[in-house]
Amino acid sequence: MDSFDFFRPPVLTVTALSSYLRELLETDDILRDVWVKGEISNFSRYSSGHLYFTLKDANAQVRCVMWKTSAYRLNFSPRDGQSVEVHGNMSFYANSGQVQLYVDNMQPVGEGLLFQEFLNLKNKLEAEGLFDPAHKRDLPALPKHIGVVTSASGAALQDILNTLNRRLPLVRVTIAPSQVQGSEAPASLYKSLEALNQIADLDLIILARGGGSIEDLWAFNDEKLARLIHRSRVPVITGVGHETDFTIADFVADLRAPTPTAAAELATPVMLNELQLTLQTLRGSLLSAIDELIATRNYQLELKNQDLRRLSPIQRVNNTIQTLDILRERLDRAMRQQLQQLNTQLEHLGNRLETLSPLAVLKRGFAIVSDTQSGQLIRLAEHSSTDQAVQIRFSDGEIPARLNPSDQEIL
Amino acid sequence: MTETQPTSYEAAFKSLQEIISKLENGDLALEEALKLYEDGIKLSDQCASLLENAQLRVSTLGADENGDIQL
Repeated sequence: MDSFDFFRPPVLTVTALSSYLRELLETDDILRDVWVKGEISNFSRYSSGHLYFTLKDANAQVRCVMWKTSAYRLNFSPRDGQSVEVHGNMSFYANSGQVQLYVDNMQPVGEGLLFQEFLNLKNKLEAEGLFDPAHKRDLPALPKHIGVVTSASGAALQDILNTLNRRLPLVRVTIAPSQVQGSEAPASLYKSLEALNQIADLDLIILARGGGSIEDLWAFNDEKLARLIHRSRVPVITGVGHETDFTIADFVADLRAPTPTAAAELATPVMLNELQLTLQTLRGSLLSAIDELIATRNYQLELKNQDLRRLSPIQRVNNTIQTLDILRERLDRAMRQQLQQLNTQLEHLGNRLETLSPLAVLKRGFAIVSDTQSGQLIRLAEHSSTDQAVQIRFSDGEIPARLNPSDQEIL
Repeated sequence: MTETQPTSYEAAFKSLQEIISKLENGDLALEEALKLYEDGIKLSDQCASLLENAQLRVSTLGADENGDIQL
């Protein structure tokens, strides 16, 4: 056994095997650019937008992936059981160990004729200008009366009514029930559209149908319906099928919504709470307008009051009182000044008088002698006589004295 | 299909807007201004109440047993 090991090919890892397999598939001239015909099963659309399904026939099946970027270009909604032709390349998805077909294009088989019919009608109407953006009308921001053409029993109607009730319960809704699938549907749709167009105050029409297969939606690819929508007096919003479904009615409508719910949303761009907000603002304006008006009146009144006060006789009396007051004050001041001046003069004279007073001499130690009886001053010694009674006046008082004869002799 | 319409929100709202522009721009006699203000408050209350009590009014055109409209 051991000797065989020399001839054994190298052992591959699973990853290496996968890579090799993938390279093989991706470089094969047939597998890298292939059309495959089969029936769709296990179809699922992920929220990412990628599509996953199995393509099968009676004997075999192959896993398929269609990336979002390619899936967006589809003009129909693939579904289980549908026969399709797909284009893409084969590769190996290592994570799950599966060989898969990576689809970049898909078209219905058997419906091919129907689809061609659709394209022909679309091209014809487009050439006639039915899809011209210039013909599309603006929708009212605040519709009062909305007409709805859809099946009376479908979920689409409930979706629309719920949405309208949630967003703008102010509106009136008139439902024109219609068959929305089958051979009778187009004629039924005409009648409903025409009936709604006869309502004078109708603001817009929602033409809607819930999701379904391409055959289910076929009534909305009707030429006469397209022309009626184009001629409709009232603007039309379509909400037919799912986001990826496009019908002729969508192209000709004034506005195309991806779903019935979205149609009801687009029909009511302004919601009730926004109206309430606007109303509050308006009420604020009303209050400030009247406030300002009254404030202006008050100001004017105050100005007049000021005039009145200025012109009042009381003011004149007050002015006079003030003048009197000022005069009185001036008088007082002048009087005080005068008195002060007299006082100063008097003081001055007093001082002078004092320096001239004989009493001032006494303070320096002199004394005045006068005869007691006559009161006459004895200015000279010779005028005195012996034993004469005299008064001697000092600066602080007088004393009586008698002149001494012996003393006189000594003199 | 005609039913007696209560004063519509749009009509009341429009009158309210007109009153406000008059109050904001006009040289009004005080009495007139106060009257307008009073009317404005009434309209504003009316609008608020219309919004508050708004209920979707739904009617259906008559259809036959096939679901087709009878014109």
